[in-house]
Parts: sequence; structure tokens; C-alpha cells
Amino acid sequence: MILYLVRRLGSLLVLLVVMTAVVYGIFYAIPADPAILVCGKGCDGAQLAVVHHKLGLDQPITAQYWHFLEGLVVGRDYSSGPDVTHCAAPCLGYSFQTDLPVLSLIAQRLPVSLSLTAGALVLWTVTGVSLGLVSALREKRLTDRLITVFVLGGLGTPVFVSGLLLLMVFCGWLQWLDFPVYVPLTEDPAGWARNLILPWLTLTILQSAIFTRLTRTGMLETLSEDHIRTFRAYGLPERRVIGRHALRGALTPLISINAVEFGVVLVNAMLTETLFGLPGIGQLIVQSSNNVDLPVVAGLTLTAGLAVVLANTAADLLYATVDRRVVLA
Amino acid sequence: MTGNGADGNTVLSVRDLTVEFSSGGGVLRAVDGVSFDLAAGGALGVVGESGSGKSTTALALLGLHRHTDARVTGRILLGAEITDGTGGVDVNALDDEGVRRLRGRRIAMIFQDPLSALDPYYRIGDQIAEVYRTHSGAGRRAAWARAVEVLDRVGIPDAARRARARPHEFSGGMRQRALIAMALACEPEILVADEPTSALDVTVQAQILDLLDELRADTGMALLLVTHDLGVVSRSADEVLVMHRGRAVEQGPVREVLRAPARPYTRALLDAVPRLDAPRAARREPGDPLLTVTDLTREFRRPGRGLRRETTRAVDGVSLDVRRGETLGVVGESGSGKTTLVRMMVGLLAPTSGRISFEDRDVTGLPEKRLRSIRGDLQMVFQDPTSSLNPRRTVGDGIADPLRVRGVPAGEARQTARELMERVGLDPARHDRYPHEFSGGQRQRVGIARALSLRPKLLVCDEPVSALDVSTQAQILELLRDVQEDYGLTIVFVSHDLAVIRQVSDRVAVMRGGALVELADVDELYASPRHEYTRALLTAVPVLA
Repeated sequence: MILYLVRRLGSLLVLLVVMTAVVYGIFYAIPADPAILVCGKGCDGAQLAVVHHKLGLDQPITAQYWHFLEGLVVGRDYSSGPDVTHCAAPCLGYSFQTDLPVLSLIAQRLPVSLSLTAGALVLWTVTGVSLGLVSALREKRLTDRLITVFVLGGLGTPVFVSGLLLLMVFCGWLQWLDFPVYVPLTEDPAGWARNLILPWLTLTILQSAIFTRLTRTGMLETLSEDHIRTFRAYGLPERRVIGRHALRGALTPLISINAVEFGVVLVNAMLTETLFGLPGIGQLIVQSSNNVDLPVVAGLTLTAGLAVVLANTAADLLYATVDRRVVLA
Repeated sequence: MTGNGADGNTVLSVRDLTVEFSSGGGVLRAVDGVSFDLAAGGALGVVGESGSGKSTTALALLGLHRHTDARVTGRILLGAEITDGTGGVDVNALDDEGVRRLRGRRIAMIFQDPLSALDPYYRIGDQIAEVYRTHSGAGRRAAWARAVEVLDRVGIPDAARRARARPHEFSGGMRQRALIAMALACEPEILVADEPTSALDVTVQAQILDLLDELRADTGMALLLVTHDLGVVSRSADEVLVMHRGRAVEQGPVREVLRAPARPYTRALLDAVPRLDAPRAARREPGDPLLTVTDLTREFRRPGRGLRRETTRAVDGVSLDVRRGETLGVVGESGSGKTTLVRMMVGLLAPTSGRISFEDRDVTGLPEKRLRSIRGDLQMVFQDPTSSLNPRRTVGDGIADPLRVRGVPAGEARQTARELMERVGLDPARHDRYPHEFSGGQRQRVGIARALSLRPKLLVCDEPVSALDVSTQAQILELLRDVQEDYGLTIVFVSHDLAVIRQVSDRVAVMRGGALVELADVDELYASPRHEYTRALLTAVPVLA
């Protein structure tokens, strides 16, 4: 267990260094100059040079990357003329575009993304598992086939299509809901939930389709296992055989599937946020990439990498708790 | 063993039991008009080869074919009242709920593979308590106490603590004990045991059979013992029912049937069983050492607690030689290191330390490139003929592959493959068929043909007949004997079955816990085993009456 955690931590560090290095590499390779975007139209050569210097873009890319790493570990100082601003570790730097600290930019938007994904996670797990269970127990009958149609539909529809359809139906034709606007949970829980219904549904349609399929397969597999036959042979009511013994076996693998799927979920959440105009991490990724806002992009890459690794580690630990045969190493 | 237990009332009376499966238009009659009675405290052995319908019969007794595509007809009367003329409960006529109430309470079942028969996620005590609560309505505390009590009864040491363990923390024998404990929980009148010891080592098998005998004597529970092993029936049953293709071909007291079988099928079945006391062919005079292993050791490492790693020594300082032209039997229980040892012999696994020399040449730790020159001389036949053949390649291609790898032109390789098929008793015209179209015995013939394709000097057979029925087993053993003559092969034959080892070997190596316990000429070893472990193994084997 300890060995496992040490290894995970080691690989996390390597992963983060490689990921951010790639971001800097891409930044170096693309022809866009963020200084022009910052400086605006009508900037002359001299003004541009000043901006270049201020953003540190006059240094070689390797030095820029080094300063970035340095900032993360020990913090760094920014000088603009006479004043020196110290940015304490872990320092992700300042946005080229808005001059705001990247760390607070991310911290500000994290609750939005968490609200979206956590809520949707609950929804798609419940929906997916229920549909999958029904589908397995009604194998090859009409209900199973209808659910299969839903699954194929869900899998085949990108979030920007399903989200748009939901918007058209519920906000356009039926007018049951207003166009979603993000309301923090702490301010108005009911408003928070009401505004997130459509984004949640958008993510749920896709992810629950995957979960339905996995639960169905898992259930059918577990139901054919020997220990299920044992409990039937010992007269346990079918409800108990399925609810306690079969479901446990079928659901355990979903833990690791959730972890593996985490990256995909992040991408879909990003698309959903952009579609509904939710001020979350996803939206920030899109904006900062468009503006070639290197510190923000690098900071977000770091955050996403960290989140994926944490999710996977948590899943491994949870799996080892649920299934005692698993030994982490 | 326990004499005639049929003095009690009849607790189970089966009449005209027929089970049919409808498959793709046709109807397969798996069980065809079988009738038998079982008395309280009695033991009926149901024997037959795979596909004879013995397990299907056992499942029908608990109504376990319900909600499958099987059609069950006939009467299955259950209950002590049968002989009083009041009539018992007809399992086949009950509704689902009625059958559910019978299961585990009045008739319980234990299965072949005790590993998969228990839920891996829950504690063993909880699983037993759950069954007990279902039928008795007892509270959690009482049910747990009952679970501990029955675990203790079946000989689980420190039952109160071990009840908290999960199945993977139990050994095979202990898992089977736990399953028997689950069966005992509600004190059923009948225990149906479907191949209860087939997955266990002989010494463990002996313990489990002893336990079943004892429980039968103590509780008056009747036992229906389904098995392919006539030795087990001879040891633990009073009556025997021999099944063949769904029909009961012979039925009667064990001693009479096994000593003087009335039906030709029973006789053939008995003749096919390798016996510890049967006369055997003269021993071959072994030549000079072909392969010598010296102080061979192999360790496996796996993660342990914290930062430590646990090291298991699978083979521990084994020295022996395999002599030209002989068959060396390697026998031992599961985990004794026999497979690890022979895998190192053929270069499939590198030893941790020690030396292997083949034809007086040190081949230990040779790089793969240099090893390749002798790979053809060392070939292997595996236990499971299904998983050791590539399901996506025709058997002809499978046999020819080793030749093609060595640059033999495709046409020539195909021709050789066909000749080999003929040699091992397969129709060469079927060379373009796939493994699943062959039976288990035929697939093992394919495995042998493939091993022979490179004309090896040493053939290592790892449990080559363990997955086969006795009659098929006898044929494969004969084939191996024939090709050994023809090709002048030296054979290393690994098996857990002492009777098979005796039949095929010239010398026998007994392994235990990774170490070589005894190595002797076959006659000497079986007549006067020197080591106490060898003696224990030999006494544990159930012998035909």
C-alpha cells in the first residue's frame, strides 16, 4: 500500500512535468504572439517590445519554462517598473490577458465545474445502473431492446448536439426553464439546481449510456457465476440474490471505469460548459487557448493532470477496499 | 465404508426423471427416465463420464433447472413421510416459492469448485448466516453464532475468528469445508454433492470424504454423491448408479457393482481406471542422463505488507536427472512446484539459481538466440487442450506452426502436419477445422501432434490427462506410450494422480513444497515408499473395492 502510494506520487510528478513541458513546446511551435493580442491594435514596435519584456516573452522558451517550474516550487517575483510583486509558491503566474493570478482564476471557477460534474456523476450513475439492471433482468425482451436503443442514441450523440436539443425543447418550445445562468450553491441552492438541470442532463445522457451498457454486461456475467447458483441452491429469495450478491459483483468494476472515463468526462464537461455559458474551468480552457494565454493554459493543464491522477488513485484505493482480493503495489 | 445405511426411511424417491434441453430446433435428452431411492443416512454415488447427465440429475433434485430452457418431467419425492404412505413433497410439482423454501433447508447442495461457489465479496460467516436467517428467521446475532458453530463442526480451526475471513483467504479444502458448513446450517435431510472433491488434492480429498462420512453417521443426513471418480464412490457410497448418455445403465450396492459389473459399459469404465494395484508393463532400462538439473531454485516475488515484498520459493534446490528413453513421473499436490520445475526444464521459465544441462551442455541462462537451437529438442504438452490451442487457427496450421517458424516451406509443413495427425489418431482430412470442433481428447491429440512436429528428444507432459474422462485418458496414455516407442522419446510426465503416474513411469519423483522428497524406481516407490509423505499420499488415494 505504502509502496503503491510512493509510486503513484512519483509518476504524478513525472506526468505533470511532461504535460506542462508539452504545453510550453506547443506554445513555442505555434506562430501566434500573445503580446499582439494583449497590446491591441495600433501597437508599434517599441510598445510591443515593452509588452514582450513585461510578459517575459523575450526570454528563450526553456528559460520561461524553468521560471514556471521555479514559481511552482519556490515562488517567483514579478517586477513591473519599480514595484516588485512576490508570488508565493505554488505560483502559477499571472494571466497575460487579465493580469489576474492564475491560481485564483482557477479557484474561482472550480466550484462551477465541480457542481456540474459531481451532480451529473450522481445522475448518470443512478440512471445507468438502474437501466442496466432492468436491461439485464429483461434480457432480449422489449424493455431490454428499448434501453439498447437509448444507449446507442446516447453514445452516438455528442454533448453539443444533445445539449442544444435540450435547450431547444425545455427553454424554447416548452419554456419550462429559463436559459441556465450559474448561481452558486451557497447563495441559492434551489436556483443552483434549477439552472444546472439541463447541463446535468446533457452529461448524463452520454455517460449513463456507457454505464447502462457496462452494468448490463456485468450483471449478465455475474448472474452466470457459480456463487449466484450457490445462493439460489440455498433458497435465498431472488431479490436478495440479485440485490446483494449479483449487483455487488457487477458494480465493482464501475469504480475503475469511472476513473478511466474521468478524462473523457472532463472534455465533455468542457464542451457542456461552453455550450451553456457556465463560467467553469472548461470555459476558461477555451478562452485561454484562443488568447494564447500561456500561464493560464499551463495552470489548467496542471490542474487537469492532477485531477485525473487523483481520481485514479482514489478509484484504486476504493476498489481495494471493496474487493479485498486486490493488493495494491 | 459405513456399511449399508439403507436401514432408515426413504428420504428421496426419484421416478422416471427426464430432463430435455431444446437447442436450435432439436431436443437433447440429457437425463432419460432415471429412477432411484435414497434412504436416511444412506449414500448413493452417481457416476458417469462428462455428458452422462449426472450433474443435470443433481441440479434437477433442487429444481435448479427452473427458468432455463430445460424441461423436467417425472417425480422427485422428498420427505421422511414417503415410506409411511403419506407421500412426500414432489419438487417437480411445487411452485417456485415452495421450491425455494426447500432449498438449503431440507435439501442442500455443494459444488465442485469451492473457490467460485462462494461470493468473493462477503465474509464466509456472513454468507452462512444469510442462508440460516433466510430459512430460520433467526436474528443477526443468532445466525452468526450458528455460522461459527457449523464452521467449527466441519473442522475449521479457530472458527469464531476464521468466520470473518473472505473466501480467497481460505485454502481449497477449507472452502469446501465452509460450503459443507453452509449446507449443514439448516440441518437438511439430503446433501447433494456434485464432484465435491474433484478440484482438491488427494490428501485433502480424503479429509473431506471422511468429514462427509462422519456427518452422515452423526446426523442421519442422506448423501447423493455425484462424481466421475469410481474410487471416491467405492470409498464413500453404499449404492451406486452408473449413468451413460442420460440413462441409468446399472444400479446396485457399490461392492457388487464394482466387483462384478453386469453391464459392458460399467466394465469398460472400470477397466479404463488406472489402478494402484494393476499389473504394469516391464520397466524400461534407462540410458545415460539426457537432462540434468542441479540445485534448481525458482522464487516468485509479490507485494507484501508496507514496503516489503514476499518471496515464495516455488522450487527449492531440486537436483535430478532425466535419463534417455525413460519416463520420469513427477507427482505432487497443488503448489508443490511440479509445474514450475518442468517449465524450467524446457526453458519456459528461468531459474533463480541452479544449473540445467541438456546433453552435457550447460543451458542455464542461455540467451534466447542460442536457446532456440535446442528449443525443438524440448517440447511440452499442456493440461488444458482447449486454452493451449489458438482458437483462431486451424488445427493443421497449429501443428505446422513450429515447423514454419523454423523456415520449413509451407507446403512441406502442411504435409508433415497431416502425417502427424494421422499418427496421433486424427483424420488428416480435418486439418482445416478449428479446435472447438474437436472433443477434449481429440484436442489433446492435436497438442501432442504439435509437440511432436519438431521431433523433440524430450517431451514434457504437464497433467496431460487431468481434464479428460477415464476412457479418453486411457486412450491418450496409450498414444503417448506408442509415440514414445516410435520416436525414441524421453518423457517427463507431471500429474497429481498417483495411479496414472504409476502406470506410465519408470522412475518417480515426489515433490512437496518445492522440494524433491523422494526419487525412486516406480515399483520400489509404490511397494515400499521411504518417505513418510509418499506414504501419506499413497494411503489417501481412494482405491476401488
